[in-house]
Amino acid sequence: MGLALTRLGQWTAAGYRTGTLELTPLNEVLLQEITIFVEHFIYDHPQEAKFVFVEPLEWKTNLEPSAFESGYIVSETTVSSKEVDKNGQPLLFLSVPQIKVRSFGQLSQLVFAAKDAKLKEAQACIEANRDPVVKILGSDYSTMKEDSGALNILHKITNGDDVENETKTNIALLLKQLDLHLLNDTLRRISPQTRLNPVPVKDDTELLKSFWGKGEQSVLESTEFTSDRGFSFSDGCGEMRYVWAKPGDAEAPCVTCGAQGVLFPGGRTDDEGKIDYETKGEVYKDLVTFLKEKLGKFSENMSKQEIRFSEEQQKNQTDEVPKKEEADVICKAVSGTDKSKLEKNQINFGKSQMARRLEPSLNWRTTVDRKKRKKRSGRSGEQRAPEGRCRVRDSHGDGKEMQDRTFPHEQSAWLCLRDKEASSSVRRKISVKESQEEKRRGKLGKTRASVSSGRAQLSCKSVDKAEETISESSSESEEDEEPPDHRQEANADLPSEYWQIQKLVKYLKGGNQTATVIALCSMRDFNLAQETCQLAIRDVGGLEVLINLLDTDEVKCKIGSLKILKEISRNPQIRRNIVDLGSLPIMVNILSSPYKTLKCLAAETIANVAQFKRARRLVRQHGGITRLVALLDCAQNSVEPAQLSLYETRDVEVARCGALALWSCSKSYSNKEAIRKAGGIPLLARLLKTSHEDMLIPVVGTLQECASEENYRVAIKAERIIENLVKNLNSENEQLQEHCAMAIYQCAEDEETRDLVRLHGGLKPLASLLSNTDNKQRLAAVTGAIWKCSISKENVTKFREYKAIETLVGLLTDQPEEVLVNVVGALGECCQDYENQVIVRKCGGIQPLVNLLVGINQALLVNVTKAVGACAVEPESMVIIDRLDGVRLLWSLLKNPHPDVKASAAWALCPCIQNAKDAGEMVRSFVGGLELVVNLLKSDNKEVLSSVCAAITNIAKDQENLAVITDHGVVPLLSKLANTNNDKLRCHLAEAISRCCMWGRNRVAFGEHKAVAPLVQYLKSNDTNVHRATAQALYQLSEDPDNCITMHENGAVKLLLDMVGSPDQELQEAAAGCISNIRRLALAAEKARYN
Amino acid sequence: MVTLRVKATQTLGNRDGRAASAPGLIRAPATGDTSRARIPRAPGMNRKKLQKLTETLTKNCKHFNKFEVSCLIKLFYNLVGEAAKRPGVAIGLDRNAFRNILHVTFGMTDDMIMDRVFRGFDKDNDGNINVTEWVNGLSLFLRGSLEEKMKCKSSAYPTDCFEVFDLNGDGFISKEEMFHLLKNSLLKQPSEEDPDEGIKDLVEITLKKMDYDHDGKLSSADYEKAVGEETLLLEAFGPCLPDPKSQMEFEAQVFKDPNDFHDNMNS
Repeated sequence: MGLALTRLGQWTAAGYRTGTLELTPLNEVLLQEITIFVEHFIYDHPQEAKFVFVEPLEWKTNLEPSAFESGYIVSETTVSSKEVDKNGQPLLFLSVPQIKVRSFGQLSQLVFAAKDAKLKEAQACIEANRDPVVKILGSDYSTMKEDSGALNILHKITNGDDVENETKTNIALLLKQLDLHLLNDTLRRISPQTRLNPVPVKDDTELLKSFWGKGEQSVLESTEFTSDRGFSFSDGCGEMRYVWAKPGDAEAPCVTCGAQGVLFPGGRTDDEGKIDYETKGEVYKDLVTFLKEKLGKFSENMSKQEIRFSEEQQKNQTDEVPKKEEADVICKAVSGTDKSKLEKNQINFGKSQMARRLEPSLNWRTTVDRKKRKKRSGRSGEQRAPEGRCRVRDSHGDGKEMQDRTFPHEQSAWLCLRDKEASSSVRRKISVKESQEEKRRGKLGKTRASVSSGRAQLSCKSVDKAEETISESSSESEEDEEPPDHRQEANADLPSEYWQIQKLVKYLKGGNQTATVIALCSMRDFNLAQETCQLAIRDVGGLEVLINLLDTDEVKCKIGSLKILKEISRNPQIRRNIVDLGSLPIMVNILSSPYKTLKCLAAETIANVAQFKRARRLVRQHGGITRLVALLDCAQNSVEPAQLSLYETRDVEVARCGALALWSCSKSYSNKEAIRKAGGIPLLARLLKTSHEDMLIPVVGTLQECASEENYRVAIKAERIIENLVKNLNSENEQLQEHCAMAIYQCAEDEETRDLVRLHGGLKPLASLLSNTDNKQRLAAVTGAIWKCSISKENVTKFREYKAIETLVGLLTDQPEEVLVNVVGALGECCQDYENQVIVRKCGGIQPLVNLLVGINQALLVNVTKAVGACAVEPESMVIIDRLDGVRLLWSLLKNPHPDVKASAAWALCPCIQNAKDAGEMVRSFVGGLELVVNLLKSDNKEVLSSVCAAITNIAKDQENLAVITDHGVVPLLSKLANTNNDKLRCHLAEAISRCCMWGRNRVAFGEHKAVAPLVQYLKSNDTNVHRATAQALYQLSEDPDNCITMHENGAVKLLLDMVGSPDQELQEAAAGCISNIRRLALAAEKARYN
Repeated sequence: MVTLRVKATQTLGNRDGRAASAPGLIRAPATGDTSRARIPRAPGMNRKKLQKLTETLTKNCKHFNKFEVSCLIKLFYNLVGEAAKRPGVAIGLDRNAFRNILHVTFGMTDDMIMDRVFRGFDKDNDGNINVTEWVNGLSLFLRGSLEEKMKCKSSAYPTDCFEVFDLNGDGFISKEEMFHLLKNSLLKQPSEEDPDEGIKDLVEITLKKMDYDHDGKLSSADYEKAVGEETLLLEAFGPCLPDPKSQMEFEAQVFKDPNDFHDNMNS
């Protein structure tokens, strides 16, 4: 029941806890079911009906006490049942309007009593008791529901005599049944609304069929359907069929009719022949909606559609797959359908244009196809005969049928296919293709010829259409055994590369080593950086073969294959396909091959592939990290052979490739750890001393990625890496500079590192790199490094020498956010120095800084507020900030949801309030501002609290404001914070308290809210700042005699006496003042006693 | 291809079997223990002669050191053992014996290529590989640099790949030769209209890739250039060099234990 309610009940938007059930038909049904269940409970399960709930169900009822009759003690406003539990409590108790019910029996009777209002009562009950199961059975049952079957048995065995438990279990079972029932029921009701099922889809496709036609007049040139599981609807993902519709005015789309609706663009298949079920793209309710939305022309044409009636029957080519359902392809142009219907349907056809583009996927095709295609395009060149046809057919996305059939394993014997699913699918594919190729040729030739001639006649009048091409139709027959993803993008005019690559892949599959090597070399002549070629290789099944080659003993073939994989794995889709085909373990194995060339290529390929998380994890899981680290260990001084054989390459190259792969892998946290554990850091440090740029970039890149980890930063310091990083900052290579700066940025969190950067002369190159603003990535890295470095004062001085401050101010405008964050951060640090504050002001930096206060980037806001706060310390800058309304902007940021921003803004407000002229008036002018600040004391973030306390200290300097915040209840809030161990908070809190004592009877109030005793404990802290602030606060508080007593009781005197001896004058003074107050009280008391 | 693979596995089986049971070919040096004094002094040769021969060959041979040369000589005499005992017969490996070595030791399977390699070794074309040809041939076969393996004219012992592929020795690899070399490289599909179509196509692909001067045949210059750009094409028309694995095995077996060798020399 709980489940059904949570999942299915359509709660109003008001949020779960407070929401009410919406009045929807669905909810009504739910409620009805529940009431019926409850109503019959007493008859169906009399035993269980007596069971007393763990907690009563409680809600506000509209029932009058008078509605209850026999069995109840009825008074004017209360009703209690005569039925009572063991303790004599009534099982039903109504005290208008609250009602408490504690058994199903009473619930049933209540439902009876409620008569017509029972639905309302049920609703009220469910709204008030969101988790009825827990209330009825206790919290352990809500989680154990799933196992209740087993539980039941268990109970019977272990304590069969425990009646209560048995009843409880029975109830749990009953409730679960109800739950299931409700779920099923609602599901049934919902599905017609939200799910497509094959029947309407089928209807729609039938309709589509009637609209194909030719030329501009036509609504739809062709549609094609595949359904991978007939029209059964059993598949878990519920994808029913794929539809290709080729409308008259657009490229053909590929649409998936899935259970959730019409999916566009259609899912495509991945290489293993499974449909990619990820719902991408938009989902439409049904085909009609889909087409309506997508195809403007379609609807126009529909209305104009001339009526033609011709029928052409086309034999589906699917006959080569005997088991397949054969579907006759009926091509009809239907006229005579009534217009309205037509219009309704035209909708269906619309969407094609975009889907098409998704991925050009290539089916392998026979040469016959090609020839025919030429012929055809020749013909269409003259006549532009559009093809309208429609095919309904099956294709098996899961390849099951393929498995059923046995194919001769003809492919080249030396391809040692691994005995895994992947390879078996390869094998299947290969054999399917090859064995069917022949059959098809003849057959296709004939059908095609006749079909196209027929079509040509039909369409001779039709006008030229650019996008109407053919290619879709030429591929049908092959598609039958291809998983749907291999479907051709109908209108993508296949470049000749497709065919050539396809042929080469054929030779790869069916050739011996020699032929394979030739095919591999020839394939490399294509522009593998081009996406069409990459996808072509995949779509003709090349990836499987290439990866299979890696598993053979043929070094030459492995080399050739890796050379291709290395190139095409730059494509993100291909990467995923490569990983899906299980290539990573193989490549990781190759990393320990004796042949350096192979190692290099494998590492480079891994570097490309490991650009996404899953791949990186796989590399690690198969021990790739250790092996990659081992590659780094190239013999430094070994004499390289003058001539390198086919299988050898330079050690440096091996190390470079290893570093490249590690760079990619190091983007995952666990991999960073793995690299460190494998001893990668000293090796990287050693490689860093080389001078090859192409080696340095991946090495520094890896370090930079890894430096986000504390462990690494320590190691980087220990390995003296900073020195080399600084050296490489002076390199000519922008990328190298960028990564070095980035690495420094990561490492310079550490103070020692910052000093090292300065000592090795790294600040100057950083400052000079600022002037080049074209390369934004590098600029971001450089400004980041400057930011972190400027946390150290000495570095700031250096930066001032190098005129970096001025340059930074210049970067405050027109830069991307990642640069701005760092620039502002750096300015924030630099402006801790007075001189720099002046420089920033003189360079006109205040205005852009204040302008940035309106941003939304959290990191940026934190830095901007800090920088503005730092500038506000300087009075003249403060004038500008005030004039630009910067204080108000800062104040608004107190409402920011991020605690960091809040805290930073509150800190920034302190100097503003200090330095602003007429600060009190200014603060009061912010409507609701003071209340906002006081309410921030309710935060649970220590930093926010400290900063707000500091702000309150400053605000309270103005008497009037102090009065206002006192009214807003600042005293109890501050008092509540007093029990803290955080020295920073203690310090600012004590200051705030001492300030707030200055008003009215606040001193007394602090005492009343028990703030004094904890404050005394602050004196035991080790922080002198805390001591000072606390002593001052205690001094203020000691003006009130009661507080003096509390202090004395808590041993303040001894602590304060120690403070009097402090070198800090303010502390001395406050402590002494406080002691004197206490002493005076004591004297007065003594005096009073004797008088 | 099915047939090819079968053959290949048989070969593997053979090799393993032989290595385990018969000390025959490669294991020969290992038997040196039992006949330590006699083995270096190969049949029909005294130690002095042998040393001289070793020195001469070492001088002319780029890739082997003295020790390696002497090992190879030992191996050679072990291989030709029986024949050598009959005086008057030219000492050497005939075609069949050599092919057997290629097949068993280096895993080559293509008869035609093996014949061609034999010819490459047999510089004087007398149908026998004598000890000089053996050492020099192996020098290139095992250790030759890419350039040496590829080059045809300049090298002193042109046992190079181009020569192997240039069946008629006219300095060009013609389409016909390619076809001949590649004819077994593709899986035959019984249903195919023209079973040779694929091979022809492959030849075209190869020509497109390697024929830089577009004269429809591969000159040695074409070949060198293509291999220079893509070393994988060194054995473009069939494996005529030892694959790295069997090469390593061979070397490991033949050149083992220098101490043992020195003992022999000093004894």
